[in-house]
Amino acid sequence: MENNNKIDIKAFLDKDEQKDLLRFLTAGSVDDGKSTLIGHLLYDSKKIYEDQLDALKRDSKRIGNAGDHIDYALLLDGLKAEREQGITIDVAYRYFSTNNRKFIIADTPGHEQYTRNMITGGSTANLAVILVDARLGVITQTRRHTFLVSLLGIKHVVLAVNKMDLVGFSETRFNEIVADYMQFVGQLGIPDVTCIPLSALEGDNVVEKSERTPWYHGKTLLDYLETVHIDNDHNLTDFRYPVQYVSRPNLDFRGFCAKVASGVVHKGDEVVALPSGKRSRVKSIVTYDGELDYAFPPQSVTLTLEDEIDVSRGDMLVHPDNMPCIGRNFEAMLVWMDEEAMDANKSFFIKQTTNTSRAHIDSIKYKVDVNTMEHLSIDNGKLTKETLPLQLNQIARVVITTARELLFDPFNKNKATGSFILIDPITNNTSAVGMIIDRIDDRDMLIDTDLPTLDLPRLGITPDHYDAVERAAKELYRQGIEVKIIK
Amino acid sequence: MEENYKLSHLKELEAESIHIIREVAAEFENPVMLYSIGKDSSVMVRLAEKAFYPGKVPFPLMHIDSKWKFKEMIQFRDEYAKKYGWNLIVESNMEAFRAGVGPFTHGSKVHTDLMKTQALLHALDKYKFDAAFGGARRDEEKSRAKERIFSFRDRFHQWDPKNQRPELWDIYNTRIHKGESIRVFPLSNWTELDIWQYIRLENIPIVPLYFAKMRPVVEIDGNLIMPDDDRLPEKYRDKIQMKMVRFRTLGCWPLTGAVESNADTIEKIVEEMMTTTKSERTTRVIDFDQEASMEQKKREGYF
Repeated sequence: MENNNKIDIKAFLDKDEQKDLLRFLTAGSVDDGKSTLIGHLLYDSKKIYEDQLDALKRDSKRIGNAGDHIDYALLLDGLKAEREQGITIDVAYRYFSTNNRKFIIADTPGHEQYTRNMITGGSTANLAVILVDARLGVITQTRRHTFLVSLLGIKHVVLAVNKMDLVGFSETRFNEIVADYMQFVGQLGIPDVTCIPLSALEGDNVVEKSERTPWYHGKTLLDYLETVHIDNDHNLTDFRYPVQYVSRPNLDFRGFCAKVASGVVHKGDEVVALPSGKRSRVKSIVTYDGELDYAFPPQSVTLTLEDEIDVSRGDMLVHPDNMPCIGRNFEAMLVWMDEEAMDANKSFFIKQTTNTSRAHIDSIKYKVDVNTMEHLSIDNGKLTKETLPLQLNQIARVVITTARELLFDPFNKNKATGSFILIDPITNNTSAVGMIIDRIDDRDMLIDTDLPTLDLPRLGITPDHYDAVERAAKELYRQGIEVKIIK
Repeated sequence: MEENYKLSHLKELEAESIHIIREVAAEFENPVMLYSIGKDSSVMVRLAEKAFYPGKVPFPLMHIDSKWKFKEMIQFRDEYAKKYGWNLIVESNMEAFRAGVGPFTHGSKVHTDLMKTQALLHALDKYKFDAAFGGARRDEEKSRAKERIFSFRDRFHQWDPKNQRPELWDIYNTRIHKGESIRVFPLSNWTELDIWQYIRLENIPIVPLYFAKMRPVVEIDGNLIMPDDDRLPEKYRDKIQMKMVRFRTLGCWPLTGAVESNADTIEKIVEEMMTTTKSERTTRVIDFDQEASMEQKKREGYF
């Protein structure tokens, strides 16, 4: 008997090791029952251990808002401050697994900090579950959440029509909501949308198929999450390898460590190092567990090259016939994340792949009203000079100029090379996050002539010190500050 | 042969952790990896070795020794560091130790604050580390579920849960002012089961205390405590009994309860875990000090 058992657990572990991972975001307005829904998924997937459950039962009696039911929402409210206020204030991550898959949930709240929190929670998600209350249907928040999901390039959306018990499990009501939603979502270009009628509180169509919705022939929420195909979410076409770290353990080994941002690289492939343009071939793909014949996203590997070419952090290895955009000007959708409003005169640090540079927001083409999707600009009279700068949670299409050339792709083609963050140089806060739309033609660049210049002979620096000056300049460059040196 | 571009969840988590570890090595001047000698630390240390292979890990390992750790832990620590060529730093609050601070005499709260939190803060200041890796997982405890992977700390090493930097995609904001620091949690997205599976898959050495064995234990306030040296108070000494036990977490011996178990292999441990009704932190005495106590400790700079 003991022996049998041992074989079973081995088989279980062997199978479990091979499961894949689905990361999803949940979004809903206050009282949509989102925490209840997540609590239910965790509860039913047996992840909740008995002692956590005991604490929950204790807390439900004291501060619960669910009457006689267990208040699943309390499982998710982690921080003391928010437990006191009865609201979730940030993104919380939850983990559960089923026989087929492991799941990471980014749980984001529905109140007024929505945009910042949803964007934070959703950036790594493959899928979004958007909740609506069946009584209220598609409301402003639903449209806002869906817009943000489309902005993040999330390809799969589940519209969870919750509280079906409160509309008598009406098929007509469900169909109304679906029609309403599909009409709206059509404009946003989300490729995969699924609508499920459920009751998070009573468990209908969450895990088990409900007998109260005989007219619904689709999957339950958990069933859908377990089976949705996510393999093709990575870009496997355009090889981009933003060098993260250079490993030089000895004179014979020079390895370039990075995460494969996109595409597939094979041993023997010809590669170009950008921005230098020097070419070489992949000699080996090194990992602790042995060499590989090929590597793909999101693997973290180390490449060695046939030739000794100079490659450092921030450079990118790509295939010669498939180049990214190389430039200092691009348009992007920018989401303002900082309490401090945008100051148009400020120069920010921009971090994109493994590169850091300085960046300037040249112009705001228009802001997007996240509730109506309407464009607001000075040209159409909806913005004035005073209301133009971005405030917390606002979204705009902007033009950005960087001090150094960046290596990028449009976000809709390549999330990994099309995303960036802006960092305030004084507070070091992450002020904004952006998704590149496309490059724009280099215009007259003031920044070039603005570069601080060190004329070494004129400064009386002798050639034996040039090396040291160049090293210091290289370190500044790494930090995003470019200095021109005249020898 | 057809190529396969799919990663298992463990390989995906591994890749994510390696990326995080390399990012810290590339962007900070003086990082350190905090090492608790527990199973999570063991996984984190292996991931660091993987991140820089075939090179050496470019930062040291630091253990804050509370002077009440199990002897087997200390032995394991020293042997592991030696075998894998780690630069190991061990720091303790010697002042408090000489003053006789310990859990039996001063209570778990004072002991933890002085021997762990203060010792850690002092060591971080002493070496001027600007980034410190910790092995915490988000599934361990509610306040951790909300913490960023790169968790900003002010000059006093404090965490402000209401003022966290937004963290998007895999682009980490590593900028800090002098004196400030970042705690980095490369295992944020791992669960307890992931850790055990990875240890099994990769044959990662762990402290033998995790495996069941006949050990002397004494029941103190509902916890099975294994007296590891002669500092067990007199009143408990005649109550020691031999039991088949193992430890689900490791820490200071008077603060870490053993569980009765026959699990002497990783497979049996996982099996026990899958069918168990207690989550792992219940064997850690410090969590019961006050409601939301871990959050309080984090705010003060502990982990």
